[in-house]
Amino acid sequence: MCLAIPARIVRLEPGDQALIDVGGIRKQISVALVDGLAPDDWVVVHVGYALARLDPAAAAATLATMAAAGIDAGALA
Amino acid sequence: MKYVDEFRDAALARGLAAAIAREADPARRYHFMEFCGGHTHAISRYGVADLLPANVRMIHGPGCPVCVLPIGRIDLAIGLALERGVILCSYGDTMRVPASAGRSLLRAKAEGADVRMVYSAADALRIARAHPEREVVFLAIGFETTTPPTALVLREARALGVANFSVLCNHVLTPAAIVNILESPEVRTLGTVPLDGFVGPAHVSTVIGTEPYEFFAQEYRKPVVIAGFEPLDVMQAILMLVRQVNERRCVVENQFSRVVDRDGNVKAQALVAEVFELRREFEWRGLGTVPYSALRIRDAFGAHDAERRFGLVYQAVPDNKACECGAILRGLKRPVDCKLFGGACTPETPMGSCMVSSEGACAAHYSYGRFRDREAAGAAEALRA
Repeated sequence: MCLAIPARIVRLEPGDQALIDVGGIRKQISVALVDGLAPDDWVVVHVGYALARLDPAAAAATLATMAAAGIDAGALA
Repeated sequence: MKYVDEFRDAALARGLAAAIAREADPARRYHFMEFCGGHTHAISRYGVADLLPANVRMIHGPGCPVCVLPIGRIDLAIGLALERGVILCSYGDTMRVPASAGRSLLRAKAEGADVRMVYSAADALRIARAHPEREVVFLAIGFETTTPPTALVLREARALGVANFSVLCNHVLTPAAIVNILESPEVRTLGTVPLDGFVGPAHVSTVIGTEPYEFFAQEYRKPVVIAGFEPLDVMQAILMLVRQVNERRCVVENQFSRVVDRDGNVKAQALVAEVFELRREFEWRGLGTVPYSALRIRDAFGAHDAERRFGLVYQAVPDNKACECGAILRGLKRPVDCKLFGGACTPETPMGSCMVSSEGACAAHYSYGRFRDREAAGAAEALRA
């Protein structure tokens, strides 16, 4: 129920609306809950509303931490 | 899909599984509750439980708004649709929730009620504007994630003067449910399982931030790790919880930093506070009556509150006696412990709420886990032979 999906803003439209791209599918959503968005920003979308920004740098850092956790420092030493 | 596929990568999952196995102390047990149905679904769908050592057990929590919605609330919606002739709009999730007399919204629709599935609360308002001659009621359910959109349409309905639009509000609050799991008298009587930490909500936390969980870490000495809904997110959160337990730390950590911060969405919080206020109490399936655990519509928006508009009076209805949803929602029993599971109660014909939503513990186990049970039973049989 609380599922929200990552989407890229294609363009902002009047009335707090935006066109988003979700894996190639385009859809109109509301951006009334998140201020200051611009095209190519990433957001998470829930029931037709952008809820929050997605920070690509933080996503990359999380993946790097996951990869590092998989390396057994003890085995390497 | 970007920011989804990367977080389902098999090689990274194997690495995280090895790290959990390496760092979990074989001399102790780790019981972690994933609060959200989204996590429950990910754990079942991707077989995360199979990647964990035997002493690390995940307990499925009550964080599925469909699963915790009591029969009496669905009865109110069905009554509006069948007896008051309203157009009843709701998310697809609520359509098959079993209500009194073997009914559901879907069955009411088959009986002739005008029940419509919508993707967004905004769609319900659109229907109201297109049918000014009809009463249109939006059955709103959901945790903090889903509340801000409902608040927005209520504000819009008032601003535009859409007099035929109202909301039957069932929005519930995550922190209140966690407190209830940890300390309510009902749970004390009915029992609960010892918990060593929580995998905290993903998208609820985009709205409320990580700050509200600091209380649980401090007051109850339970580690909390906010985690995304992809399998790698859950596994990394489990590793972070194992480390906190090993190091005797009890703090709130944020695995889902790509979307969540400490403050959350302040604009959404202000909007919710403008439109809603706390209910004195609300009944949850499985948890009983929980004080200050849900929201109701403020007086200023009272004209759009379906409960006031139609003079609705809530009546509690007991669940099917054989249904174990209550104990399953508190982590006390597993789906297979229920006599109805997989026989009388399946996702096609759900009897209990945990079987209705794909995020419910029973539906998730029915869809993805029951074959593992069968294999395990088969292996045990082969050993005996």
